[in-house]
Amino acid sequence: MSEISAEQVAHLANLARIALTDEEIGHLTTELAQIMHAVEKVSEVATPDVPPTSHPIPMQNVYRDDVVGNTLTAEEALSGAPESDGSRFVVTAILGEEQ
Amino acid sequence: MARAELMDFDQALELFEPVIGLEVHVELNTTTKMFSSAPNPANSEFHGAEPNTLVSPVCLGLPGSLPVVNGDAVRKSISLGLALGCSIAPSSRFARKNYFYPDLAKNYQISQYDEPIAFDGELEVEIEGGKTFMIPIERAHMEEDAGKLTHVGGATGRIQGAEYSLVDYNRAGVPLVEIVTRPIFGAEADAPALAKAYVATIRDIALALGISEARMERGNLRCDANVSLRPRGHEKLGTRTETKNVNSFRSIERAVRYEIQRQAAILANGGTITQETRHWHEDTGATSAGRPKSDADDYRYFPEPDLVPVVPSAELIDELRAALPEPPAARRRRLKGEWGFTDLEFQDVANSGLLNEVAETVAAGASPASARKWWTGELTRLANASERDVAELATPAQVAELAALVDAGTLTDRLARQVLEGVVAGEGSPQEIVDARGLAVVSDDGALIAAIDQALASQPDVLAKIRDGKVQAAGAVIGAVMKAMQGKADAARVRELVLERAAAVQ
Repeated sequence: MSEISAEQVAHLANLARIALTDEEIGHLTTELAQIMHAVEKVSEVATPDVPPTSHPIPMQNVYRDDVVGNTLTAEEALSGAPESDGSRFVVTAILGEEQ
Repeated sequence: MARAELMDFDQALELFEPVIGLEVHVELNTTTKMFSSAPNPANSEFHGAEPNTLVSPVCLGLPGSLPVVNGDAVRKSISLGLALGCSIAPSSRFARKNYFYPDLAKNYQISQYDEPIAFDGELEVEIEGGKTFMIPIERAHMEEDAGKLTHVGGATGRIQGAEYSLVDYNRAGVPLVEIVTRPIFGAEADAPALAKAYVATIRDIALALGISEARMERGNLRCDANVSLRPRGHEKLGTRTETKNVNSFRSIERAVRYEIQRQAAILANGGTITQETRHWHEDTGATSAGRPKSDADDYRYFPEPDLVPVVPSAELIDELRAALPEPPAARRRRLKGEWGFTDLEFQDVANSGLLNEVAETVAAGASPASARKWWTGELTRLANASERDVAELATPAQVAELAALVDAGTLTDRLARQVLEGVVAGEGSPQEIVDARGLAVVSDDGALIAAIDQALASQPDVLAKIRDGKVQAAGAVIGAVMKAMQGKADAARVRELVLERAAAVQ
């Protein structure tokens, strides 16, 4: 039985760059634990002869041809941006590194 | 940034064994991106496009957009895996690598994790001087590149002082193959040179396969260098650092060397190495600490639910294997033997990146010696003087034609250099330039003899010396004749004739 700790929630919030209060962390810890327990019920019906899968339908090799399709203009691309310099998105500087 | 204390390289090698590991990213030159039909800026046709003009909803991670795998990118990845001596996975799948940083709008990168397309390879790499090493390849996997951030504001413009960042998603989704080595042991003092030669070998393979532009300065080929040291006689590996931002072949060598010297100084003083990412600074020739490795590596990979497994058929793998070019190390050995070059002559060509040019010039009919001479000599000089790429200055066919004109005696080396200048200036083929500029050697003895007689007549003292047996005095006459012929004479022939005429005239 997996348990979710407040430390794990705080860690996830940090990775997701979401600021949480202690109260919110407590609340989410309880909720996430409940979700985990609900999902874990699946393992009660999973037997060794059921292989783990990430897809409900057994498909493979779905490819497209290497041909240029529709693209957006810079204007269209930036149309939903909260802020831009006309050609690029403007984002708050993040203290971190490119991955 | 305080410059770190460094131990002398030789001393560091006495105390410690360097162990390196290399991660190389190769941008594929497909027409479109990995998971979207937007144009691929790593294909030279789309290089230099305006920001955010090579994007589709998939590149921007817009709601409702779905990735579809580029079949050509898969085939090119398999070819690269095979060229690295890897096994190709009968089935491989994509995974989400979750991280929150604006270089990818989705907040995850589609990569491969537990099921890479290629694994367990081995690559023969030759360093300068001819020594070879077998590099163990752990895996090569497919993924997408991230967008480009420009940090603006702050005191230095560097990331620490930035106030905001500008994001261009043109590069987001460019097909990448990441090649990861196993730890490389036994390179010892050659470790820096081996790291450089390994990346150069991958470049050669990518170019021979035609799967990437493979230009480091454009970021088509990028290298992260892991370095650790272990004290002599110890089994356990030391803590490693990963140096990023190494953007030239020379920098790879320098960065590995620097890390060996830096880590050795820390360890010898009783310190410990922090496992971290470090950034290479080309200007100062040093690395600086980046983020610590531990918490940033929490990527929470899981299988990508939007994509299905890649299951290449045996027929496809056989077809791609049959089309593989000759491995770089084997090709070098073959060419060196065929050309009959000394180690030094061959290194001269190989280190200048002119193997293909010389090979094609030889194929076009030139002797290996003259092909080497023109490419590494005059053409390289002209390229340096004009700051151009030597391969852009002339074609192998033009160089072969020039060499043929020299062999036929139509041109002296001196005249050939003038013709080459014309070729570089785009004046046409060597023969056309010879005709247009009237550069051919004067082989008419009558014209030469007339000039010689005139020169001897105007320098009676020289004539007397020659007749007294002071043959070296002939130089003055030869010089005058060459000048009269505007350089278009074969000096050896002129000398023969001068001695003949000096004896003959009264």
